[in-house]
Amino acid sequence: MLTALLDNVALQIMLVGALVGIASTLVGTFLVLRGTSMLSDAIGHSIVFGIVIVWLITHQQSGPVQILGAALAGVLTVFLTELLVSTRRVKKDAAIGLVFPVLFSIGVLLLNLYARDVHIDTHTVLLGEIGFVWLDTVTLGDYRVPRSLLSMGAMTLLNAAFVVLFFKELKLATFDEALAKALGLAPGLLFYALLLLTSGTAVAAFDAVGAVLFVAFVIVPPSTAYLLTDRLWLMFLYGIAVSIGSSVSGYALAVAWDVSIGGMMAVMTGAFLMLAFLAGPRYGLVAQLLRRRGQRRHNEIRTLAVHLYNHEGEPEQGEENVIRALRDHLRWDAAKAARVVQRSSDQRLIVREGEALRLTSQGREMAREILDPSGRRAV
Amino acid sequence: MSVVELLSDYTIQNVVAGAALLGLVSGVLGTFAVLRQQSLLGDTMSHAALPGVCLGFIIAGTREIGSILLGALATGALAALVMLLLTRMSRLKTDAGLGITLSVFFAMGVVLLTHIQGMNNASQGGLDAFLFGQAAATLRSDLWIMGGITAVALALVAALWKEFKLVSFDPEFATSLGMPVAWLEVLLTVMVALAVVVGLQMVGVVLMAAMIIAPAVAARQWSRRLEDMVLLAALIGVAGGIFGALLSALSRGLATGPLIILSVSSVVLVSLTLAPERGFLWEALRRVRARRRLRYQQVLTTLYRLAVHHADPVYRSEQGMLDTYHGLRTRAVLSQLERRGLVEWQASPPGEPGPARRWVLTSAGIDEAERVLDALGREDA
Repeated sequence: MLTALLDNVALQIMLVGALVGIASTLVGTFLVLRGTSMLSDAIGHSIVFGIVIVWLITHQQSGPVQILGAALAGVLTVFLTELLVSTRRVKKDAAIGLVFPVLFSIGVLLLNLYARDVHIDTHTVLLGEIGFVWLDTVTLGDYRVPRSLLSMGAMTLLNAAFVVLFFKELKLATFDEALAKALGLAPGLLFYALLLLTSGTAVAAFDAVGAVLFVAFVIVPPSTAYLLTDRLWLMFLYGIAVSIGSSVSGYALAVAWDVSIGGMMAVMTGAFLMLAFLAGPRYGLVAQLLRRRGQRRHNEIRTLAVHLYNHEGEPEQGEENVIRALRDHLRWDAAKAARVVQRSSDQRLIVREGEALRLTSQGREMAREILDPSGRRAV
Repeated sequence: MSVVELLSDYTIQNVVAGAALLGLVSGVLGTFAVLRQQSLLGDTMSHAALPGVCLGFIIAGTREIGSILLGALATGALAALVMLLLTRMSRLKTDAGLGITLSVFFAMGVVLLTHIQGMNNASQGGLDAFLFGQAAATLRSDLWIMGGITAVALALVAALWKEFKLVSFDPEFATSLGMPVAWLEVLLTVMVALAVVVGLQMVGVVLMAAMIIAPAVAARQWSRRLEDMVLLAALIGVAGGIFGALLSALSRGLATGPLIILSVSSVVLVSLTLAPERGFLWEALRRVRARRRLRYQQVLTTLYRLAVHHADPVYRSEQGMLDTYHGLRTRAVLSQLERRGLVEWQASPPGEPGPARRWVLTSAGIDEAERVLDALGREDA
């Protein structure tokens, strides 16, 4: 089976794409929940600086030490950003937008200067080449394994281990930072560890998807999941499902249309998000509209019930509790009045006797409940 | 190459003029973006300009700058609207909305870019240069278009100055005056796309964020009024743009965009450090001075309290005792006080045990100590 995988280029590419998505989702979920997802944008850009520096020092681009070294650049960005914010002269969003372009610019200039030595050009920096991951392999026992597959697999395991081991702590630090601090859980330290892993993931994913598309894998699958559920573990599950779905469908479409594979995978995450945004069961746009319509209809029925109840047994009952009064006194048009009467009688709240409308005992109960929820007046 | 030669070079003239235009428009529009805490929207919109660049190319069929910029303007503005829609109509927060639109629009751009490359159209060469800008390829005709866009943006700001000002600082009050606040906010947001479009050629989509933010943040440190801030941001943007462009002309093979960004960012660093009142340096100095003044006052009032306690206005305190009392060496502080005539370093009368000289308050010192204690008492009350 392993041989089959390693002979199948398409499968390898999809697997790398899915691993990028899964590893990013594991850390991205917390970034999205904390409202700091734009940090992934800053990290994605500034690891270019880290990668160039590490390359200039070690003359190697991959390997655990290189990944860690380059990842420190991402953490440095966050640190500098927070330092700038702590001076209270620059707002958080402006600070993010000030720091990472500087590091990115330095990275690009270093690439300009040492272009002959560094085997990355500014084009790949942004876009990555996931279609070529199978070209760069390392020999592992009897197998030749793509380097990206190895580093992404390791990063995914590392992120998963971190999330599983510190699940409780991360959860608390995300949803109630003050309590986490009070319990001595050091949420700040935990957050920096999370960012270090995010940076590491960015470095590992760099060859495959580049600096900017990485942002899509970090933010979009967790955001999609956030639109679908309130449970943290389900968010992970949905995010991972979106990552795998985007990877497979993105690859298929990219091959069919002969366009960038990484780009298409990222576009597909966006497609899944749109789907969740529109058709999500609870927070989706359609569900919201339906719920609002249901509420409006329910209110109409309640209005009718109260109107009938108020005039029940009064001298003007013959004039008020008729369909015409709904038009003249409640200012409903004929169609609306007919609709509400129809629905109310379907729910057995009223009965219609010619023009006159009469509450059933159920309907009377409902009106009484609305006018006197505590039931005090009945006594 | 001398500066005169440099400035008479046709290409360099174009690059410098383009960089100046970019600095001008992004400084002015960035001011509003930063004040309204929409700094990162510029980042999102510039990344989102990439699909527009490609669409403009596909529709025009050539690298015609007009249609490319129009496409960039359209998708940049569209991204801002999508971002507003995502955050208003769902439970997603602003940061997620920004990140989603940024990355997905950029991904669409990448897809379109590779699609164009697959079309084997000879004229597509260097379309991906819009990622980092291609300042050196700026033509005189490009400058006219960039200048036109800048003029439109500045005219809009000038015409709607009062409205924009009020919407930026007090939208509730603006609403109560019957201003179309929602429309003005959308207009201000979408106008950032104008700056992005001008920046495409010069710094590219990736670094545009800093061009929006940096001049405004730098200008904010030096000014308290919107008028001053806008003018200063424009000035800083223009100066940084020109400096970066000249720097890249002088160096061989260094990209213009990053150099412009680094120039403007250096101005930010200098402003944060040196701006009067707000600068870090002055704050640090103020803190040191306050700490020193506090220590003088502490030592002085200690002497005063000792004198009161012993009912002896010329009570003589030992150096060692004062050190022990304050837990630090007070010699330097006391010498300072002596120079100001508040204490005296008097010789002990012959025959008295202990050190030969001790500290005594002068009458000026007593007045000063009483003044300090009065001030403290007032603060307590």
